[in-house]
Amino acid sequence: MAFINLQNDLPGIRGPMQYSPETGEALNELAEILLHDDNNTLSRGEREMIGAYVSSQNDCFYCQNVHGALAQYYFECDMQLIDDIKKDYESTSISPKLKALLSIAGSVQKGGRHVTPAQIEHAKNLGATDKEIHDTVLIAAAFCMFNRYVDGLNTWAPQDRNVYVERAAMRAKEGYANIDLNK
Amino acid sequence: MPYIPLEEHLPGITGLLEYDKIAAAPIRELTQILLRGESTLTECERELIATVVSNGNQCKFCTAAHTAAADILLGENETSQKVKENIITAPVSNKMKALLTIASMVRENGKAVTQEAINKAKAEGATDIEIHDTVLIAALFCLYNRYVDGLATVTPAGSEFYKGLAERLKNHGYNRLPQGYDHLKKNKTVAP
Repeated sequence: MAFINLQNDLPGIRGPMQYSPETGEALNELAEILLHDDNNTLSRGEREMIGAYVSSQNDCFYCQNVHGALAQYYFECDMQLIDDIKKDYESTSISPKLKALLSIAGSVQKGGRHVTPAQIEHAKNLGATDKEIHDTVLIAAAFCMFNRYVDGLNTWAPQDRNVYVERAAMRAKEGYANIDLNK
Repeated sequence: MPYIPLEEHLPGITGLLEYDKIAAAPIRELTQILLRGESTLTECERELIATVVSNGNQCKFCTAAHTAAADILLGENETSQKVKENIITAPVSNKMKALLTIASMVRENGKAVTQEAINKAKAEGATDIEIHDTVLIAALFCLYNRYVDGLATVTPAGSEFYKGLAERLKNHGYNRLPQGYDHLKKNKTVAP
């Protein structure tokens, strides 16, 4: 049960977003820009995967399943690949550039100072642009916020992982901005 | 040196918020609501939460900036120093000690927050919305601290820069200045 009375029984981040709609709107606006906006050279799938990976490193069940399901939807793959990437992305078939970006995201998750010049140089050598590196760091940092908001208030999450997979197409279509939290 | 090209006259977070103004808009808005919006926590108390989290994350820029912001609001620099040293013995209310304890747990990981810490805060009079805001402020600074250090932004030495920043935050909050930040370039002389 959530640590405070959220006055609704929505799962995960939707609970506190409905409880505090003004901050909820800003949080969703940020998610829209970082994850869903098509004015970005990283694909939606790649950006959702960064979010899912950081969420798994933070052990946030709700976020890693929501965003893992979105990545699965965009990649048109099965859940196994998403789980493999979360567990050991180096041994998967994803692009070397995405691997380099996930490595940076993993360091950001541990703490900003863990990112090394060598990691950045490696990503740049594989074609990552300044903006892509910026977005990777900001997405990873944003999930360090989202995950803490969700778990720090002890919100509940559906345990059936298929629930998240079933909702992914709707979220991909609608995005994050101005959404109906009850839907 | 920062990992991406940022304007030299804008160190720490200030350069990042100008590098990507689109993403900066909701981040600024969220910060303005949480740190300056209507609340039963004072602006100073909320700055202290930001200070303690940034200090715990060893983000020198954010720690110095929010220490300066708290100091200017308080009119002294002892309280901010003491909360960074030890929350429990710092000269703040029992409710604040309980909220700062929750913030420190959030900083570690969302799952580190205990029912006991929540019960303690409630027993000291913290409301649900105060606990909510504490958790979200702490989470937001886990974003800021990683954004600032993850891209290796510049941390000015000394206290002068942070005094100026705290003055801006006191007078304008976290909204972007309508005129932008070109007046901060060193070779320009513009009235403050």
